[in-house]
Amino acid sequence: MSDKIQTIENLSIGFKSQNGREVSILKDISTHINKGETVGIVGESGSGKSTLALAMMGYTKQGLYTISGQCLFKSKNLLNMTDRDLEKIRGKEIAMIPQNAGQSLTPNLKIGYQIEETLKLHSTINTKDRQLKITELLYKVRLPSPNIMAQRYPHELSGGQQQRVAIAMALAGSPKLLLLDEPTTGLDVTTQAHVLELLNEIAKDTDTSMVYVSHDLGAIAQVSDRVIVMYAGEIVLDGDVREVLSSPLHPYAYGLLNSIPKLSLPGLPEAMPGTPPQLEQNIKGCCFFERCEFATDKCKNSKPELFIPKNKKMKVRCFWHSKLSDKQYKPNYDTHSANKTKKLDEVLKLDKVSITYTKQSILDQLLNRFSEKNITVKDIEIEVNKGETIALVGESGSGKSTILKSIAGLLNTKNGAINFKKNITLSSDVRNRTNSQLRAIQLIFQNPDESLNPSHTVQEILSQPLKLYFQLSGDKLEEKIIDLLKKVRLTESYLYRFPRQLSGGEKQRIAVARAFAAKPDIILCDEVTSALDVSVQAAVLKLLQDLKNDMGTTYIFVSHDLAVVRAISDKVAVLYQGRLCEFGPSSEVYKFPSHPYTEVLLGAVLEPDPDLKPVLTAEDRVEESPPEIGCSFQSRCPRVLGKKCFTETPPWQISKNGNAIRCHIKIENLFKQQTSEN
Amino acid sequence: MFLLILKRLGLGFITIFLVSVIIFTGVEVLPGDACTAYLEREAKGELLEICREQLGLNTPAIERYLSWSYNALYGDLGYSLSGEKPINEIISVRVRNSLILAVTAILIGIPLAIILGIVTALWRDKFPDIFISTFAIFSMTIPEFISATILILVVAIWLNWLPGIVIVSSNSTVLELLPNIILPVIAISMVMTAHMLRMVRSNIIQVMSSDYVQMAKLKGVPYWKMVFIHVLPNGLLPAINIIALTIAWLLGGVVVTEVVFNYPGLGRLVIESISDRDLPVVQALALILALIYVGVNLIADLLTLVVNPRLRTLQVRK
Repeated sequence: MSDKIQTIENLSIGFKSQNGREVSILKDISTHINKGETVGIVGESGSGKSTLALAMMGYTKQGLYTISGQCLFKSKNLLNMTDRDLEKIRGKEIAMIPQNAGQSLTPNLKIGYQIEETLKLHSTINTKDRQLKITELLYKVRLPSPNIMAQRYPHELSGGQQQRVAIAMALAGSPKLLLLDEPTTGLDVTTQAHVLELLNEIAKDTDTSMVYVSHDLGAIAQVSDRVIVMYAGEIVLDGDVREVLSSPLHPYAYGLLNSIPKLSLPGLPEAMPGTPPQLEQNIKGCCFFERCEFATDKCKNSKPELFIPKNKKMKVRCFWHSKLSDKQYKPNYDTHSANKTKKLDEVLKLDKVSITYTKQSILDQLLNRFSEKNITVKDIEIEVNKGETIALVGESGSGKSTILKSIAGLLNTKNGAINFKKNITLSSDVRNRTNSQLRAIQLIFQNPDESLNPSHTVQEILSQPLKLYFQLSGDKLEEKIIDLLKKVRLTESYLYRFPRQLSGGEKQRIAVARAFAAKPDIILCDEVTSALDVSVQAAVLKLLQDLKNDMGTTYIFVSHDLAVVRAISDKVAVLYQGRLCEFGPSSEVYKFPSHPYTEVLLGAVLEPDPDLKPVLTAEDRVEESPPEIGCSFQSRCPRVLGKKCFTETPPWQISKNGNAIRCHIKIENLFKQQTSEN
Repeated sequence: MFLLILKRLGLGFITIFLVSVIIFTGVEVLPGDACTAYLEREAKGELLEICREQLGLNTPAIERYLSWSYNALYGDLGYSLSGEKPINEIISVRVRNSLILAVTAILIGIPLAIILGIVTALWRDKFPDIFISTFAIFSMTIPEFISATILILVVAIWLNWLPGIVIVSSNSTVLELLPNIILPVIAISMVMTAHMLRMVRSNIIQVMSSDYVQMAKLKGVPYWKMVFIHVLPNGLLPAINIIALTIAWLLGGVVVTEVVFNYPGLGRLVIESISDRDLPVVQALALILALIYVGVNLIADLLTLVVNPRLRTLQVRK
C-alpha cells in the first residue's frame, strides 16, 4: 500500500438521545485515505457520510461526540486534539469545500478578504504577495476577471461562482487533503460538470488527496478512484470505482445503482423497497436486513464483517455477495409505456404566453402598452393532450417554474391565453377561476416539508380537497381518505400522524394523494423528486406512473434532471431564459438532431459510469436577463452561425421525427454536425 | 441607493401628514372644543364667544387645519390655554429634560445590552448566560412603575442616598437636574436593556450556528478572531432596528417613569395637559411624538442600508 494520509480506526460518533440512551450515527468505521487518491463516499441522507467527512477534520457538530475510535492524521488523533492544534491543521493541511457555498461564505466580508484570511493564518507571505496569490487562486478556479471578483461580496456572485470561490479558499492553504461535502449539489447540470472537471484537474496538478462526499453516484463516478458506500452509519462496500459501479457486490449498492434513472436507458428505474432503519433502532444483525432480497435468519442475528472476497478489489459487508456477483448486473427496467392513446384529446394549450416579473414603467402602464423589455417568459406555445406527461426542462432561470405557476393561476400572464379543454380560457388569476376549474388543476410542490401544514394530521390534510370539491363528510370522507392512502401505497395507520412523523418519501406520497384527491385533469409537478433520495425518488416516480395509468391524469412535470425527465415523460419542452428551444416526443428530443442548448445539457449529464465523461461545449455563465433580440441562447451557443443569431428570432423547424427545434441552423446541417462529432 | 433614500423620506413625510390629519380630526370630533374644555362651567355666553373668537374656532375645520399645519411646519405650535404662553416655550424645556433622561438611558442601556447579549450568546447555557438571562427576564416582567417605586423605597427612603422624586422646577439647569435623573434612568434602562439583550442574544446564537461560522472554524480561524470578524458584524446588524424600536418604545416608557418620579419632562406634560384639558398642547405633543417615532425608525432603516452590503445592492438591482 502506498502512503496513507489519514487512517480512521473503529470510529463511532453519536449523541445522547432524550431518554439518555447513546445513539450512534457512525458505527465502527475503519478505513484510510491514500496519498493522491480521490475517495468518493456515497450514501443517502442519514447515512452518516457528512459526519464522517467532518470527523476527518477533527470536527463534530454540536451535540455529537466521539464514542470510540480515532482519526489519525500524521499519526496524531484529530479527535482529541486541542483547538489550538486543530487551528494549525484546519485550512492548511486539511481543507473543506462545503455543500452550500452561498451560505458558507460570510456575508459581510469581501471574497478577497475571505481568501486572504486563510493565507494570513497559514502562510508567512507578505501583503503584496498575498494579493498576487489571491488573484492567482481566483484565476485557477476560472473565475472571470479575478481582481474585480476579489472586491465583490458573496451575494453578488452566482451559485457556481460562489462554489468556485469556496474551492479557491480551500486551495489557499495548499492542503494535503481536501474534503468535499456535496460540492455540486444545488448547481445546474452544466455548472456541475464544469466544477467537477476543475476538481479533477486540481487533483491531477497538485497531487492532493480528496474525499468526495455525495449522494450522487454520477458525480462520484467522475472524480473518484475509490468508492465507499455507506448505509445506516456503516461502510457496506469499499473498493475500486470501476469495479464497484460495474458489479456492486452489496445488495444496497446494487439497488442504489439500479434506482438511478439513466439517459442511456429509457423507462422507469427499479425502486428499492423499504426505508433505512431509524437511528434509535438497535440492530443486531445486518443493517440492510429488512430491505434485502437475499436476507436469511443468519443476516438477522449476526452482523457480517467487512472483508475482501476472492479476486476482488473491494471490501464487502455481506454474507451473500456471491449471489450478486453471479447475478448479471443487468438492470431490470420497466419498459416505459409511452401513451399511445388513439384519440388525441387536448386538455391544455398555452397560446403565446408571456410573463414578466419586472414592473412595467409608469409610462407603459398609463398607455396600457406592453413593453418588450425584460420579459421573463416569452411566447410559450405548448399543447398538452389527455394522459400525456409533458416535461419542462432547463437550468435555473429558464422559467420552467414560472410557467407552471401561471398555469396554476398563481402568476399573472402579460400576454397570451391558457386554454383548458379547447373551449375554456382560464383566467390568469386564481381568484377568478371557478371551483371546477380549480379542481381540474392541482399542484405538487418540490419540498413536501414546506407544502404540508405541520400542525395538520394526514387525515386533515387529505380531507381538505375532499370537503372543498366534493362536500364529503362522515364515513364517506373517511372511506375516501383511506382509499387515497392505499392508492399511494400507505396504510390506514398513517391517518393520525403529523408530517414531522413521516419520512421524506412518505411526505411526498401524502402530497401526491392530496393532489389526486381532487380528481384533477392535470397535475403540475414542480421538481417533485429533487428533494428526495435516489431510491425514494425511483419509488415516487413509479407511483406517479402507476397512478397516471390508472386514472388517465395528465402531468406537467418540471425538472432540472434530464434523466428523470427521460424516465417519466412523453414529451419534453426545453427552455432557456424563458424561451422555448425545443419541443417534441421525449424519445426524439434525446436523439440528434437537437437544439444546441439541448445538446449542451445532455452532454453535461453525469452517468454513474467513470468511462462516460461529460462533454462540455458551452461556457457555464449566468445570464442576468435574456437578450432583447435574436436567439435566446446566442451568448453561450457553441454553434453560433453569425450575425443572424444576434438579430433575428430563430424560426421553428420540424425534423422528420417530429421534434420542433428553434434554431437558425438548418436542421439537416445540425444533424450532420452533431452525428459527425459524436 | 439615492432613489431609495428619497423614497423612504417621502414615505416618512406621508406618515407625518396622515398622523397630523388623524390628530386634528380626533380633537375635532370630540364633543366640545378647546374653549368649552378649558372654560368648563363658565363656557357659556359672552365668555365662550370671546374665547372662540380669540382662538379662531369659528372658522371652518379645514381652514383651521391648514393654518395649524402650516404654522406647525414653520415651528409654531400655537398657544397654550392653561399656561397662557406659546406652546413652543413650554415644550422646548420639557423636550430638553426628556432628552437628557432618554439619552442617558440610551447611552447606558444600549452598550450594556449589546455587551451582555454577546456574553450570554457566547457562553450559552453556561453560568454567565443563566445568571444574566434570568435577571433579564426578571426585569422584563416587572412593570416600570413597580420597579420605580421599589427603587424609590430602597434607595431614597431606606438608604437615603438619592432624592426620591424630582422637586426642581422644569427650567432648572442641567447640572441641577443631574442627581435627580439617576433613579429614573435606572428604572427605564432596566426594562430596555433586558429587551434588547434577549434579542441580541438570539441573533448571535443564530449566527453562531450558521454555515459560514462553521466554515470559519474549519478554515482554522482562532475563536476570538472568528467572533469579531465573522460573528459580530452579522449578528449585530439586526440590532440597529431593535435599537430604533427600543428608542421609540422609550417615548411611551418615559411617560410612566416621569410621572412616578415627578420628573418635568415631555411625558409628564402629556398627562398634565390632558388633565388641564389643554387641547392645543395635547395636539402639539402628539405631533412631536409621532415625528420622533418616524424619525428614529427612518434613521435606523437608512443606517441598515448603509451597513449591510447585501441590502444595498439587492435593492438597487430590483
